[in-house]
Amino acid sequence: MPPTQVETRSPKIETDLRDLAQDIVRRAMNGGATAAECVVREGDEFSTLVRLGQVETLKESGSKSIGVRVFFGQRAASTYSSDFSSKGLDRMVKSALQLAKITSEDPFGGIPEASQLGSLSVDLDLYHEDVYSLPGPERIDYARRTEKAALDFDPRIKNSEGGSFDAATGHKVLANSHGFVGEYRRSYCSVAAVPIAQTEDGAMQRDYWFSVARTLKKLEAPEHVGKVAAERTLRRLGARKVKTAHVPVIFDPMVSSSILDHIFEGVNGDSVYRGASFLAGKLGQKIAGGNVNVIDDGTMPGGFGSSPFDGEGVPTRRTVVVDNGVLKSYLLNTYTAKKLGLHTTGNASRGLAGTPGIGPGNYFLVPGEKTPKQLISAVKDGLYVTEFLGHGANLVTGDYSRGASGLWIAGGEFVYPVEEITVAGNLKEMFFNISEIANDLEFRGSVASPTIRIDGLTVGGA
Amino acid sequence: MDKNRFFFEHYGLAERDLERYLEAALSAGGDYADLYFEYLSSTSLMVDESMVKSASQGISAGCGVRVVSGERTGYAYTDDLSAERILRAARTAALIASAPAKTTVAGFQQKSARSLYPVTLPSVDAEITAKVELVMRADKAARAYDPRIKEVRASYADELRNILVVGSDGTFAEDSQPLARVNVSCIAKTEGNSARGGSGGGGRVALDFFFGDKTPEFFAKEAARQAVLQLDAREAPAGDMEVVLGPGWPGVLLHEAVGHGLEADFNRKKTSAFAGLIGKRVASEKCTVVDNGTMPWRRGSLNVDDEGEPTQETVLIEKGILKGYLSDKLSARLMGISDTGNGRRESYEHIPMPRMTNTYMLAGEDSPEDIIRSVKHGVYAVNFGGGQVDITNGKFVFSASEAYMIENGRITAPIKGATLIGNGPDVLTRVSMVGNDLKLDEGVGTCGKDGQAVPVGVGIPTIKIDRLTVGGTARKDPGGFMQ
Repeated sequence: MPPTQVETRSPKIETDLRDLAQDIVRRAMNGGATAAECVVREGDEFSTLVRLGQVETLKESGSKSIGVRVFFGQRAASTYSSDFSSKGLDRMVKSALQLAKITSEDPFGGIPEASQLGSLSVDLDLYHEDVYSLPGPERIDYARRTEKAALDFDPRIKNSEGGSFDAATGHKVLANSHGFVGEYRRSYCSVAAVPIAQTEDGAMQRDYWFSVARTLKKLEAPEHVGKVAAERTLRRLGARKVKTAHVPVIFDPMVSSSILDHIFEGVNGDSVYRGASFLAGKLGQKIAGGNVNVIDDGTMPGGFGSSPFDGEGVPTRRTVVVDNGVLKSYLLNTYTAKKLGLHTTGNASRGLAGTPGIGPGNYFLVPGEKTPKQLISAVKDGLYVTEFLGHGANLVTGDYSRGASGLWIAGGEFVYPVEEITVAGNLKEMFFNISEIANDLEFRGSVASPTIRIDGLTVGGA
Repeated sequence: MDKNRFFFEHYGLAERDLERYLEAALSAGGDYADLYFEYLSSTSLMVDESMVKSASQGISAGCGVRVVSGERTGYAYTDDLSAERILRAARTAALIASAPAKTTVAGFQQKSARSLYPVTLPSVDAEITAKVELVMRADKAARAYDPRIKEVRASYADELRNILVVGSDGTFAEDSQPLARVNVSCIAKTEGNSARGGSGGGGRVALDFFFGDKTPEFFAKEAARQAVLQLDAREAPAGDMEVVLGPGWPGVLLHEAVGHGLEADFNRKKTSAFAGLIGKRVASEKCTVVDNGTMPWRRGSLNVDDEGEPTQETVLIEKGILKGYLSDKLSARLMGISDTGNGRRESYEHIPMPRMTNTYMLAGEDSPEDIIRSVKHGVYAVNFGGGQVDITNGKFVFSASEAYMIENGRITAPIKGATLIGNGPDVLTRVSMVGNDLKLDEGVGTCGKDGQAVPVGVGIPTIKIDRLTVGGTARKDPGGFMQ
């Protein structure tokens, strides 16, 4: 299949992505498909990295891509392309129709029912043009100021992987053969710093901090971000290893969200219907302590996980996943819902190719009343984890073992940094052993958790 | 000059166009500019519950323009290969520099490169029905392995990446890079107990590879074996102990513990725990570690890297002494070292940087049996999931997915997956035995750095590490109940 010659005269014939998506669906239906769905994505990105005060990289670009999924009865296939020429699009549709002939009849296959489709009508406040409003030199200055604040904070900050400023916008259109067509735009900007601190004997530590927002107005000041990055790095200097111990472990919000990720993987319909999750079949049962409440909400204004409809054109919603420790709902797309005899929760995620997966909206652990400081003060001897290394969680068995670093707690206070240790347990018990949940919930992404304390874990060391 | 001219034929490019784009890239000065054209076609298939549930194909094409000025890099890309869009990207990338225009060289030179993956029919162009047969056979073989295997997912994915790299220094390199893999994952279930297993492999190979020794059945049985074995796994121990790594994929230790730390960019910036250690001892004298991009058919191999430089075999550690770094053009120039052909990128949307290819330790003289026999109380780890490293403090982890206790020189019960954690610059100094059984992995590795994923390979013989931290949960010494 040779690519087509690209016309050099007029860059784009199609400018309206809505029309284009609907046209592709029509072409697939005219080609004999019984159902079809088309997604078009367009995006721009800008990034700059300043290291030791000098610009190191500047990157600026835009891209566009399109994907189609077709059904012949209950056989499905998908194709995608970055070639928007008429020939390129034709070939994409034809290939999909061809490919659907070799897949299996799946009794649960298909796009959502027409009645399930729709797009939230409220403005979710996801798009602000101002992320690109800064002139070039000021963008670089944001990155420079962030790094400078970190470098100036303390003489032990001697090196840096840089300060950065990033901005991006995305535009997504989805259309299907039930007549659904929806679109939304999202914007994003961030600043970050990655300082390196060094002790007199030359041992180095690195950490980072960042701020991310949908509008420049909500981005934290570069100076603040740089200072926090420096503090987080400095507190790791002189880290030591500890002896293997069974002690309470407090998870900083940057790592406690990973526990939420594990609950997400466990209630993800795809792993549930396969029995690849230890939470499969546990609807209505206690899976965690009574203090644990987990919510998924794709409708929060300005949220990093918000969108007016999911990857299949189903409106997003708020779903109570865990209510006082009881598993109330899995998170599902159309296919997994049908497999389990349930209804979609509007959590379909759709890339360009393949079958839709399942993704979170704004997914979080409901905060408690105590401050993080109160949680720490109550620990006589224990570990405060600030970073995990590796991905040692097995959702089939619940087995959990990860590399960690953080701070040792003695008598309710941080006494020294620790590293080269492991934290191990089993998620089945860990969810029940979340003994404390602090009040510091803050979204820095679509998954968020306050500081938490988990008992009964093994800290592996010397 | 033997040029395959993919982009010339399909996009009507001529050398004069390439010169014009490079001139635009250097219109505001700069030391170097290059263009990376990419045309990637891919296929993937997945069978689940013995049904082919998903099939997809796609095409992605584009061009990335880079301008280097001192330590600064400007980068822009386009997915539209029209002259107008490429020129626009070139002028955007040029914003990094601010000096008088430079004229580019006239005439490109193509260096001779190897032909490490001369497939006659790339798998992306092979009959889709043959690929369907592969995944269906994998499904069947995994289910037939043991009645306790209840869930099987088998997938097949391939791609063909055509690239053209041209640089203002006269670099001209083309390559056509095939890549294919089969993966199988299984869940074994008994009353009240479940476990998972996974396996896969492939390389820069044509479809016939999977009809030779490495059949879908081979990978399916291996995935099923691991799942069934894990049903009986005991709790893993916690703390420092002797660890023996089996041959092959456990080479991921080298990738994490030393490989990343030896990438030249981190050392140029002195952010790696290995910075300034060239010529110093970083491993026992039994350890020699290389990165080799020139192995035929291997997943991590490349005829030329993504900057157009032919790949090579680079000695990283020789008999325990640190010898060199893995470099790309930028690091080589700024550090005054040679370019080892390790400049790689995920796609035309990404800036190249130093990356590994196939990283492994050379075979030693010990027999694997003697190595096991020498351990009084420790862990024998033969399969791993992924790993991760903090290159600044040197701490790395890798997670065992199949491991056993060794008691008094004998392999005893299987233990649950556990994370192993250590310190890169000194873990290899505690390697006291190196086996004569070097093996490379089956071809499934993908390495991530700065958000860019590239295929890699690893390998290692059986080795004994005298002390490494094992992250299990067992409260008492597992030796007590394993016997």
